[in-house]
Amino acid sequence: MDLFEYQGKQYFARYGIAVSPGDIADTVDQAVEVAERIGYPVVVKAQVKVGGRGKAGGVKLAHDIDEVRLHAGNILGLDIKGHVVHRLWIERSSDIAKEYYASFTLDRQNKVHLGMLSAQGGVEIEVVAEENPDAIAFLAIDPVRGLDVETARRWVNDAELDEVAREQAAELLVHLYECYTKGDCDLAEINPLILTPDNKVHALDAKVTLDENASFRHPEWEEFRADEFEDPREKLAKEKGLNYIGLDGTVGIIANGAGLAMSTLDVVNQVGGTAANFLDIGGGANADVMASALEVINTDPKVKAIFVNIFGGITRVDEVANGVLEALQRVKISTPIVLRLDGTNAVEGRAILAPHLNDSLMTEPTMLDAARRAVSLANA
Amino acid sequence: MSIFVDENTKVIVQGLTGGQGRFHGLRNRDYGTKVVGGVTPGKGGSDVDGVPVFNSVKEAVAATGATASFVVVPPKFASAAIIEAAAGGITFIVCITEGIPAQDEAVTYNRLVEDFPGVRLLGPNCPGIISPGKCNIGITSGDIALAGGPVGIVSRSGTLTYQALYELSQQGIGQTTCVGIGGDPVPGTNFIDCLAAFQADPETLAVMMIGEIGGSEEERAAEWIKTNMTKPVVSYVAGVTAPAGRKMGHAGAIISGSKGTAQAKMDALAAAGVHVCLNPTEAGQKMGEIVKAF
Repeated sequence: MDLFEYQGKQYFARYGIAVSPGDIADTVDQAVEVAERIGYPVVVKAQVKVGGRGKAGGVKLAHDIDEVRLHAGNILGLDIKGHVVHRLWIERSSDIAKEYYASFTLDRQNKVHLGMLSAQGGVEIEVVAEENPDAIAFLAIDPVRGLDVETARRWVNDAELDEVAREQAAELLVHLYECYTKGDCDLAEINPLILTPDNKVHALDAKVTLDENASFRHPEWEEFRADEFEDPREKLAKEKGLNYIGLDGTVGIIANGAGLAMSTLDVVNQVGGTAANFLDIGGGANADVMASALEVINTDPKVKAIFVNIFGGITRVDEVANGVLEALQRVKISTPIVLRLDGTNAVEGRAILAPHLNDSLMTEPTMLDAARRAVSLANA
Repeated sequence: MSIFVDENTKVIVQGLTGGQGRFHGLRNRDYGTKVVGGVTPGKGGSDVDGVPVFNSVKEAVAATGATASFVVVPPKFASAAIIEAAAGGITFIVCITEGIPAQDEAVTYNRLVEDFPGVRLLGPNCPGIISPGKCNIGITSGDIALAGGPVGIVSRSGTLTYQALYELSQQGIGQTTCVGIGGDPVPGTNFIDCLAAFQADPETLAVMMIGEIGGSEEERAAEWIKTNMTKPVVSYVAGVTAPAGRKMGHAGAIISGSKGTAQAKMDALAAAGVHVCLNPTEAGQKMGEIVKAF
């Protein structure tokens, strides 16, 4: 789960990382109220889960109440790369002497944690990595041993942060590592991490991705969930407990298993179609799950055909077939459904569906055949 | 021959008394696997359909001589179960559990490397391993596999593993061993471990490798294949059309920035001389052509 900047800052604050005083605002009046409370100048920042906000006009400095009104009014409702701004973060403006970069993530290749620290922050780290890789100090951290402040001190020296920033930065990095590990982040990134003219180090931005697998030990994540999905289809799918990702195409996809679902998207694409979604119903899918899956896909007006791709393993195809029939009784589906059924009890499954097959419910013997049929229906 | 397991491998099931553990553990036994015991703290002395249950891995190993463990416990207990298996004398651990936090996996993996260097972990979040006719540890349905070789399979995805087995079995082509390495960010066993074992196995003549988006294991495997692998490799990589920045079902299947795309993986594999196919069916057919030419 990706967090908005303001949520990331709230999360950082829990782990003792210094952030600017600020608050959220969903209306111009709220923005004014927050600005008056924290004091000018303030920065009005669009809350969207996409980079490049500044360039798109989503981050503005305001010195007084009129400027807050003006900028808040302009930024609310702004479309930034397809993300419409519904919420602002208003924070006290910071004077900046230096901008640094700091992050922790998993180094999947070496199976250790990777810290990245640079005295050249405020720009995209990918650009720094390409143009001036020596400007990034990489630190491999054994997950068993963790990061101590001694190591962090050597690290800030290696990264050549300004002398006055080093001790504060070292301590902040230990807190950030704790946020990353104990806070179960996939990514904890501060860009920029700033040094102010009066020699204070603090986080001016926050990019946090939480590991959903760790939800069971983080009841505090509940507050982040209300705003998790911008796509209404994804919101409904989540409520139904489905693993769904909305896309832009016309063929609705239902498959069992993440790999097969991904592969189904690929095959639909190969035969000239476009997938409307990724949807993995997982192992042991029953009628309920199938009905929910069809229901979610049915809410997508772009869908012109539905491709159900099942390879029975633990999932028994006869149960899937019964599920489809039950689902069709519960949900009114207006688009044609093409099924490919293989694996455990496939013969029984096909037999169950045989008497019900018609122009809106059909089966094909292979994944490729079914993809072609679904795509031709969607493109017709 | 097979890799990692064979007909003599003695297996205990950690979590045998749970619903999933009982179902799959007994299914593995019925397939012919030597399932010699189960472990559930507090339930030692009982049995599950004749399979004795022990309180700890240590007790189970002492009583049965097991060397392999099938870990089928919920995510919050899985890391402790894996470490208990290693400390208890198990040398091959298969963990099918899906949903273990990445931070736990990172710690567990490194603890195994540091404290139990002789232990191999397969998974987590994997379908397990099957050597048809000899041993099946995990959740793969035994009846879609065909004994006798000559193909080895290694895959990051469960259902695509079944699809691969099916594509080959339908053509009458058997498998030496089929290994599902799992879809999580920190897998205990990777492609190269399996490719090296298949390369060393005289009965495996060709390998089918199924990858997916995320990470760089396929690229590393390609490098390894280029310099070490003399046997033909057919591959399929899922997720060509996957959008960046979204986890596609598996915790590890995510394109981060421009890294981890299917295209980059397919290019690297093709450059290493691997037969890169665009879907599982095509991969099955290509393997059919290769095997029939032997």
